[in-house]
Amino acid sequence: MNTSLHNVIRQAEQIILGKPRQIRLALACLLARGHLLIEDMPGVGKTTLAHVLARTLGLQFQRIQFTSDLLPADILGVSVFQRDEASGGEFKFHPGPIFAQMILADEVNRATPKAQSALLEAMEEQQVTIEGMTRPLPAPFFVIATQNPAHQIGTFPLPESQLDRFLMRIQMGYPDAQAERGLLSGVDRREIVAHLEPQLGGEELFALQQQVRQVFVSPALLDYIQAILRYSRESAQYTHGLSPRAGLALLSAARAWALLDGRGTVTPEDVQAILPGVVSHRLQAVGAYQKPDGDALAQALVEAVAIP
Amino acid sequence: MNTRIIYGLLLAILMVIAPHADHLPLWLSSLCAGVLLWRTYLNHNGSALPNRWLLMLVTLGSAGGIALEFHTLFGREVGVALLILLSTLKLMELRTLRDATALVYLACFIIITNFFYSQSIPTALYMLASLLVIVSSWVQINAPGIALKPRLRIAAILLLQAIPLTLVLFVLFPRVQGPLWGMPQDAYASSGLSDQMAPGSLSKLSLSDAVAFRVSYSTQAPGREQMYWRGPVLWDFDGRTWTQGRTLAPLPPQLTELDQAIDYSVTLEPHNRTWLFALDMPDKLSIPSQQTYDFQLVQKAPVRARLRYEARSHLSYHANLHETERNLKRALQLPAALNPRARQLAAQWRNAGGNDATVIQTALGYFNQQGFRYTLEPPLLGFHSVDDFLFTSRQGFCEHYASSFVFLMRAAGIPARVVTGYQGGEYNDFGNYYIVRQSDAHAWAEVWLKDRGWVRVDPTAAIAPSRVQRGLSAALPDNAALPFMARNPPQWLNNLRLNWDALANQWNQWVLGYNSERQFAFLTRLGMESITWQKIALNMLFALGIVISLFALFMLRHLLARQPDPVQLAWLRLCRKLARAGLPPRASHEGAQDYAARIGALRPDLSASIDDLAARYNALRYGNLADEPAQHEFIRRATALKVRRV
Repeated sequence: MNTSLHNVIRQAEQIILGKPRQIRLALACLLARGHLLIEDMPGVGKTTLAHVLARTLGLQFQRIQFTSDLLPADILGVSVFQRDEASGGEFKFHPGPIFAQMILADEVNRATPKAQSALLEAMEEQQVTIEGMTRPLPAPFFVIATQNPAHQIGTFPLPESQLDRFLMRIQMGYPDAQAERGLLSGVDRREIVAHLEPQLGGEELFALQQQVRQVFVSPALLDYIQAILRYSRESAQYTHGLSPRAGLALLSAARAWALLDGRGTVTPEDVQAILPGVVSHRLQAVGAYQKPDGDALAQALVEAVAIP
Repeated sequence: MNTRIIYGLLLAILMVIAPHADHLPLWLSSLCAGVLLWRTYLNHNGSALPNRWLLMLVTLGSAGGIALEFHTLFGREVGVALLILLSTLKLMELRTLRDATALVYLACFIIITNFFYSQSIPTALYMLASLLVIVSSWVQINAPGIALKPRLRIAAILLLQAIPLTLVLFVLFPRVQGPLWGMPQDAYASSGLSDQMAPGSLSKLSLSDAVAFRVSYSTQAPGREQMYWRGPVLWDFDGRTWTQGRTLAPLPPQLTELDQAIDYSVTLEPHNRTWLFALDMPDKLSIPSQQTYDFQLVQKAPVRARLRYEARSHLSYHANLHETERNLKRALQLPAALNPRARQLAAQWRNAGGNDATVIQTALGYFNQQGFRYTLEPPLLGFHSVDDFLFTSRQGFCEHYASSFVFLMRAAGIPARVVTGYQGGEYNDFGNYYIVRQSDAHAWAEVWLKDRGWVRVDPTAAIAPSRVQRGLSAALPDNAALPFMARNPPQWLNNLRLNWDALANQWNQWVLGYNSERQFAFLTRLGMESITWQKIALNMLFALGIVISLFALFMLRHLLARQPDPVQLAWLRLCRKLARAGLPPRASHEGAQDYAARIGALRPDLSASIDDLAARYNALRYGNLADEPAQHEFIRRATALKVRRV
């Protein structure tokens, strides 16, 4: 495997203890040029994960705290009139926090749909249009959004169409006892983050993203992905089947996962590894009051489809 | 069991037994409805099924009820009732998939029983829909995970695939004589002309839309006013009712001076009587039948299945120019001491001089000019019914006119008799044939003249010529209580129903009427010679064999196209080998490396080799190196791996 990639993972694992899977998924998501949604309770390390990734990958980092009074201009930036003795003055654009390579959109469901859509449009288009001017966003551009699944009062849950913009949704979960012990007895994580050395540059990251697209996919594997999609559409358990976009997401995430594993081909295990992250926010169980856990749905999907 | 499966089966059973509610005893229909509701409730709440003893009690009790209701436990009606009862109660002991499958078969069987009661196109379409629901329940039983839409699609495909076999069986299954549905003792609907006529009997019939028969002409169709479809001829009058009376001497009827031949074919609906209908005067008939001395066509057995025959009639004829003395005497008899005023009137006409023809003209003129009205709802007549009609009420339907006219003729000394049958018919442009309905029922008179034999005289034509020329609705006032079909509906509706009737006619002719004669005719046209039922059966088996082989070939090709590659086969063999050695079998969704890791943890001695095989397998199946030596190497290693039981 690419040594620098290996170092990235190692470094992140030293700070975020006991969550190797989540770290790899987040990295795979980034390599597959997708955006990541982390859904969990406060204080389980969502922000830390974003920080660590930004630092070790050597990306510019911006954090936007979403609140109910956040306006699109707070995200995108605004033009301010500046006086000048000679020319009389002009409007000058002050770019907002969106103009960074890695954005942490904290508590994205707290903001109004208007503010949410400003972010989500930027995610989709990789550019923003402000006051009639289209401005490209830096590359790579990676958004990690977080939301709190509990305490839904006063929030605007993302609609399905916007959830679909995120390549993956993952959950952090509580650390196990051993990891928690290490966390409690160790040094303050923020201090370590502040002193992290970048392991990758923007150029290298770009090259890796290109490499993901080269990972070989055999017809047998495409059969498998199609079988999964078909099952999700024919089964009576889900309100809707997976969309073609979900199929593409499965494919590119599985490629990134194979690359993280240092392989040049995708195997069914890769698909199964990323499947919960990719489909859990895209599937809904039929007619359940208590929505079953998205991961449980995804696991059921994995177990229902035979590998052809 | 899956609650969705049970809902599917509930719907299927409801659909197939619902049409039976029409003729089942009310308590049984209510019981079935109650059981269905109860089962739905239990299913909704996920409650336990009722006690077996309670179920046994209900079963025995209601079976006893059926026995009491029908006074027997044998026969079709009882069989159907029991089948429905037991199938519905079977829902109450639906515990295993086997029960569910049994219920699916029962539902299919109940579908068939519905055809005992109706064989119309809507029934067939409804049963097809029921079959779709049943098959889709069946699919659900076998593959519970499939959503509604794909399930219906699978069911529809299954039904479509059954079409070739159905066609072969339909065309070639050897037919027995008789109707396709029903038993020989079936009493078919006997609404139709009867062998007697009293005031009100025909007007009652004209309230019915039911089709009596359909006619298609192979020669030029005659004018409407010529279409008199001859039925029973009535000789004897008791003052109120006309009857056929004694059987005539079995003499051959004489038809002479025939002209204006008309060839046509009639498809007669079953009417449970022995006579056939043909245009005045029938001469030749394609099926065996007897023509009585008064020109009725009679079969030996009642017409219980739809019957098709070709016939030739002549519009111009001399019928029984030499009538027997006995018959002429009979045609003059009148009940004594009844209707004195009518007798007096006839005697008056007779004494006025002139021949028979003049008397007839006088009588017709009398009807025409004395303010008679043609109506479906005539007032009731008293003891002297003819007098009452002629001099008091002067309102009547065709039976009143025919009856009083014949009475007057006999009283005037002219031999006369009443003929009943149908008059006219509705032309169906879409199928190029005529529909004759019960509402076209008619009665007219025949008088015997010395030089012309029996001559048809229709007194109704004298009072309401439009009845004969244009049909019943034209002759009656607009507000008369006519059946819907006999009125003049709007053009589009008329087209619609004529189209529909044309379709129903095809259905009758080719689906329901596909009896052994049609089968023989059809197969002869296909080039089959000296047909016996054994030969037909052999051909059927042969055709079935061909159809099934074609399907098998098609599926085989499908399977061959999807054959797994040798690497995968070797891997699957290896997995089976491991499972046989007592190791956990590979789950169908388990990837090679995951399985290898699981096996390796259980059997460290195998770990290295199985890991190597899994890695090779993944590289070969999912990698981009189509390397034949590597494939062989993998297959060799996978086959060579020895797994010993521990």
